[in-house]
Amino acid sequence: MTPVLRVNNLQVSYYTDAGRARALDGVSLTLAAGEKLGLVGESGSGKSTMALAMMRMIKPPGRIEGGQVIVDRTDLITISDEDMLQARLSKIAYIPQGAMNSLNPVIRIGAQMTDAIKAHQDQSTADWISPAEMEKRCKQALESVDLKSDVFKMYAHELSGGMKQRVCIAISILLRPKVIIADEPTSALDVVTQRQVMETIDRVQEQIGAAVILIGHDMGLMAQFVDKVAVMYAGRLMELSTVREMFTDPKHPYAQALIRSLPNLENKGVFNGIPGMAPALLQLPGGCAFHPRCIKAMEICTTVRPEPVTLPSGQILECHLYSEKA
Amino acid sequence: MIKLIIRRLLFLIMVIWAASTITFFIPRLSEKNPVRERFAELARSGGFSPADMEKIIASYSAKFGLDKPLWQQYSDYMVSIARFDLGVSYNKYPKTVMGLIMDSLPWTITLLLVTTVLSFVIGNLLGAIAAWPRAPQWVRSLATPFILLQGVPSVLMGVLLLFFVAFKLKMAPLGGAYSTGVIPDWSSPAFIWDVVHHQLLPALALLFGSVGGWTLSMRGMGITIQGEDYVNFAEHKGLGGYTIFKDYYLRNALLPQVTGLALALGTVVSSAIIIESQFGLPGLGRVLDAAIRSNDFLVIYGVVLFVTIAVATLMVLMEFIYPLLDPRIRQE
Amino acid sequence: MTTAALAQPEIIQPSRLTLVLRYLRRNKGLAIGLFILLLLVIFTVYGSATADLTHAYPLSVKSKQPPSVEFPLGTDFFGRDLYVAMVVGLKETAIIGLLAGAIGTIVGVVLGFISAYFGGGLDAVIKGICQILTPIPALLIQVIVAGSLDKRDVTIYTMAFVVVLLAWMGPTLVIRAQVLTMKERQFVSVAKLSGMGDLGIIFSEILPNLLPFIAAAFVNQVFYSVFASFYLAVLGLGPLREPLLGNTIWAAQTQSAFFNNWWWWPLAPAVALVLILGSLALINMGMDELANPRIRKTE
Repeated sequence: MTPVLRVNNLQVSYYTDAGRARALDGVSLTLAAGEKLGLVGESGSGKSTMALAMMRMIKPPGRIEGGQVIVDRTDLITISDEDMLQARLSKIAYIPQGAMNSLNPVIRIGAQMTDAIKAHQDQSTADWISPAEMEKRCKQALESVDLKSDVFKMYAHELSGGMKQRVCIAISILLRPKVIIADEPTSALDVVTQRQVMETIDRVQEQIGAAVILIGHDMGLMAQFVDKVAVMYAGRLMELSTVREMFTDPKHPYAQALIRSLPNLENKGVFNGIPGMAPALLQLPGGCAFHPRCIKAMEICTTVRPEPVTLPSGQILECHLYSEKA
Repeated sequence: MIKLIIRRLLFLIMVIWAASTITFFIPRLSEKNPVRERFAELARSGGFSPADMEKIIASYSAKFGLDKPLWQQYSDYMVSIARFDLGVSYNKYPKTVMGLIMDSLPWTITLLLVTTVLSFVIGNLLGAIAAWPRAPQWVRSLATPFILLQGVPSVLMGVLLLFFVAFKLKMAPLGGAYSTGVIPDWSSPAFIWDVVHHQLLPALALLFGSVGGWTLSMRGMGITIQGEDYVNFAEHKGLGGYTIFKDYYLRNALLPQVTGLALALGTVVSSAIIIESQFGLPGLGRVLDAAIRSNDFLVIYGVVLFVTIAVATLMVLMEFIYPLLDPRIRQE
Repeated sequence: MTTAALAQPEIIQPSRLTLVLRYLRRNKGLAIGLFILLLLVIFTVYGSATADLTHAYPLSVKSKQPPSVEFPLGTDFFGRDLYVAMVVGLKETAIIGLLAGAIGTIVGVVLGFISAYFGGGLDAVIKGICQILTPIPALLIQVIVAGSLDKRDVTIYTMAFVVVLLAWMGPTLVIRAQVLTMKERQFVSVAKLSGMGDLGIIFSEILPNLLPFIAAAFVNQVFYSVFASFYLAVLGLGPLREPLLGNTIWAAQTQSAFFNNWWWWPLAPAVALVLILGSLALINMGMDELANPRIRKTE
């Protein structure tokens, strides 16, 4: 299966008064159509930056410094600005975190959906789509996320949090993109609504056969939803495994520590944290970024950054423990 | 809904009361007596014996109630205001205050309306563009000179414009409402153009100083709006810069600015009145100026009161218009 | 497993001064405004120290002289040395601006703070008074007040007072709004929970966060005071003997300076006024950034 998304060595830095912070330091991964990838990591690990970089929405003082983001044979990093505008929503779509404020308060929901279609008019079809046709499509999209078609005429403030999130999902599938990035779509919601929203994403994704990248820090949610999990730390991809492997046999010491820290029912009351703090991106430690906190750190870990290696099982790891085993 | 209207009416009444009380006491604290001033004027032109003058002044003062104790004058005044009677001008007797105001009002209103609306539109647009990172740099920098121009009071601008444009370049008239010797004829386009021509410099003087205020506040508002999630999401949707500017950015940033419109009118009024004196326009400015010089109490009150009530009413009206513009506030 | 924190590697922060200078480099408006103001201050201080200040008053020197080496800014109809008149005028304008500005800001901070912090009926009253006084055209009232005063009673101090009379409502409402939002935010509740007394909260938690707004309000008030006092002076309602900027222009207008070709007479005060107000406007714009961090641009 040819991958529908290929990220090669993506690098993003933020230039602040206090220096240069490497938010993404050479991240690579691939996704096939219909695959679901969960991207997890602590705050500052680079997961949101990843999403923004793929949508080419990094603003000053941040800058994309290198790498490729290839969706369906087009490298989003190098295409022109107008082409990127077209690519957004039609090739790669984004579901925002906290849809509370993501909808324009002064225009109706319907208008916010049709303006997205109108903006992509020239590219998506050869003929001109009539307003009536546009309305029909939008209402279909609303219904596919379990919303009544009257929502089309409503204003954002008339909807609940969960409904607003589903409107955002509906917008993201309007043009049948190849890749959908869902950036912590359920963080601001209660558990019941979380489930509804995740099921909705699942369903629409199957309908249009898109690949999904789900960003978050709720491992439980990941376990239920994704096929593969990628763990990020200090702007680097530490481990990428299938969800089964990640939860039963993580290989990277950081991933292992993460899984170990998940509360489980047999071990009630025992909390395993990871000693230390994530490094400031302004001053990354030499060598492997995790070595100061790693219980399996070796001499080489302090000086040489490990190259990502792909194990026979398909897992990708950035750790000296596995460098020879490739 | 009714409660809201009552509260707003109460507000209006309080404002009127405060304004009338303030304007009542201030001129009366001074020594000048308007009747005396008027007669001094007359005396300069004709022969009056001082004894006769004093007698006439005394009788007129009694007639106008100027010899009554202060508190009684106050209550009398308050009562007459409640009856919408602003009294008569001492100085220009027998013209009524209301009459004086009404005669001069149209001139002031046109000047004010045009300047305020233009200032709002231009200022806010400039401010919105100044805060928009994707606008070309040269357009964005247009905002700065206007912001700086806030430092040039309209009066000063008036002087400069009068000197350079009117006197030196002879591109505009030196003052007055219309050319001297012309008989007003509102049906003739030539006359209307003449009037417009005369309003140009005063309008510009007012405009230059006021655009900057809108630009500055809109710029701040614009930057806040840009940080909003929905502007961000609009970009994620792949919408073009112009669409985002118009529907997501401008429409949201403009809303709070509208509330400032009524207040802006209030501040412009003060400068406008002074500009009118400068350019010899027959508006409220001239009326007020003459009244202050001769301490014609009732005219002073009348003008200030009138302006205050107009501004306060506009402010209240704005509160009712705002929900029409912002769907979040519409009361069902 | 324990969760002890490991030592963090040291982040070397550039010195405070460097950060301030870097910031000024980006916020050009603020930098230019401050610079112009500095120049004006230097001019005034130098002039006050070196020139004969009596020359700022009528009948001191030869009148109606254009600018020359002896009289760098020329002299006016009444025999004032305009250079010295500028020095004194700027000083007095500064006094009015700072005095009225300070009073207005202090009143605004105190009232706004009390109103928001203690809430209830007091808040309603203060807010009500501010709202009711706002539609009243301040400039007109000031004109009336100044016009009613006996000419001899008008000094720069009375002018400052007149100007401040209807100017304090703005800062009050702004500070009030800010304190209200702060009251809602966590850190006040946390401070209260940890047992801090009211006074402690005020000084250690709220005031530091209010500083940018107080500073902005102050700049605003100074701007407004200079503006309003200029208006009064230019209408001939100022202390006529003093070489206030507005007075000089009023005198020049009544003597038809432009038409008599004494162009230098109104020019100097006009330029000075534009510089003052312009620099204040720039500083205001620059401070916009400080209060609203999103405006900060970086290279």
